[in-house]
Amino acid sequence: MRFRAKIVDLACLNHFSRVINTIAKLARTCTLRLTVCKLYFILSDKVANGGASMWCELSQGNFFDEFQMEGVAAEHNEIYLELVPENLSRALKTAQSAKAVKIKLTNKHCPCLRVAVELPSLSSNSRIVTHDIPVGVIPRRIWNDFREPSVPDFDVSIYLPALKTMKSVVERMKNLSNFIVIEANLSGEMNLKIETDLVSVTTHFKDLRNLPWTSEDGCQSSAQGRDLESMAEARIDIKKLQQLLAGQQVNPTKALCNIVSKRIVHFILLHEDVSLQYFIPALA
Amino acid sequence: MPFSAQPPASGEPYVLSASLDNARHLSSLLRAVHFQDHATCFATASGLRVTVEDAKCIQANAFIQVEIFQEFAVQEESVIFRINLSVLLDCLTIFGTSSLPGTSTALRMCYRGYGYPLMLFLEEGGVVTVCKINTQEPEELLDFDFCSTKVVNKIILQSEGLREAFAELDMTSEVLQITMSPDKPYFRLSTFGNAGSAHLDYPKDSDLMEAFHCNQTQMNRYKTSLLKPSTKALALSCKVSIRTDAQGFLSLQYMIRNEDGQICFVEYYCCPDENITEVEL
Repeated sequence: MRFRAKIVDLACLNHFSRVINTIAKLARTCTLRLTVCKLYFILSDKVANGGASMWCELSQGNFFDEFQMEGVAAEHNEIYLELVPENLSRALKTAQSAKAVKIKLTNKHCPCLRVAVELPSLSSNSRIVTHDIPVGVIPRRIWNDFREPSVPDFDVSIYLPALKTMKSVVERMKNLSNFIVIEANLSGEMNLKIETDLVSVTTHFKDLRNLPWTSEDGCQSSAQGRDLESMAEARIDIKKLQQLLAGQQVNPTKALCNIVSKRIVHFILLHEDVSLQYFIPALA
Repeated sequence: MPFSAQPPASGEPYVLSASLDNARHLSSLLRAVHFQDHATCFATASGLRVTVEDAKCIQANAFIQVEIFQEFAVQEESVIFRINLSVLLDCLTIFGTSSLPGTSTALRMCYRGYGYPLMLFLEEGGVVTVCKINTQEPEELLDFDFCSTKVVNKIILQSEGLREAFAELDMTSEVLQITMSPDKPYFRLSTFGNAGSAHLDYPKDSDLMEAFHCNQTQMNRYKTSLLKPSTKALALSCKVSIRTDAQGFLSLQYMIRNEDGQICFVEYYCCPDENITEVEL
């Protein structure tokens, strides 16, 4: 098992840092899956996460100038690591004006991702700051636990409104309630609602675009034949939604959500070279 | 105006209905008196007054007079209700607190009377938020009975002169002592904290002093913890009037200019901790 990678371009480095910052807001620990072409940050839906799960995919070629990976075995040329993304995020904070960042998998006393940040210095020798981030190597026999979640058979699929507005509204609502109802229909309408003994607040978004019915494999989803005005709704933990929105430091190219009424809300946020899916289960 | 001014089709008519093109005209003033969760709202033909009290010793009032509103209608002589101010503020600022140039949140407020919730309709950029906040039985409020005939000492200062003093108030001092006198030191703020005592003097001919009417030497002490929230009102204001009566009760009146240049007032009343009328040097 070997992994070493290097980023030299400052724009790529900042972009990579932003992705890690977003992941750190969503998961305390997560799985990093390395393949020849891609990196994946995965959070599977355990009770400890409040049932939320995440699948984030990046093409390594868009970020790294050098990328060498040798998996656990020839037929399984991948590496699965468990890590705390906040540690990686903190290490990358020191790299804001770096000349280069090298990441290497090491096993001196225990498995670590060694992040070496080369900083500019006045003398001819570079300054290098090294962070050793402990990781857990995930054995191949449980790799099946981390498969890409299938897109659920959704009732409504709709593009999200301006994230900035959504973020402000959800942040205020978080002061008022622990739960939020997100509902949307096929007429481009979405509502965010909270209700407690003290107060009820509903924000109405209109003129949003819906996606056509067909799901990925070309089959018609259960959205077909659905009454256009009828709302699909899910009551979710407001903190999960707030974390997702707060983690978006840059506006995604595409932001949409799929709702399975009373079951799950599936958010898809696409940037040019990163795709993030976040699943929040509905509560009773 | 995005919202209809008609009363609801069914149910009681609104006893209070008001509209504001810029909800910040209301929310920023309410923040200046937000030191407790609950507030009492009074609506009369003159406008809206929101009162917050603590410990039966301090009372703050925010006045948003009728001219500030684009529309303001009260069907009864006065409408009174108690409401959770923290919740009200979260609703008024639902679209965020930062003021981007050219954007503002439009507000419509409606209330059907005793037992009904307060309805807020807020709109920004085509997005509408509807809030329904439960109201409570209004409680008995303090009457400081502070009228101009009972005032012993009065000064009017430009707020910028006091801002730093209040922001850096020594919180290890239990009391803030205010001395007002026709003779030196004229106007003095004193604290007695862990590191020692601090005195801040404002001479009566200072540039910051807009008016100085002190007839009697008074030295009064007020609990710092009670007065500290008034810093929020001071931060927003351009001028402040400081008045005391014979019992040492303190009235602070803050003149606040809103984004459109209109004048609003916030006042704080505070009971003295001790009353020392003799000069102690």
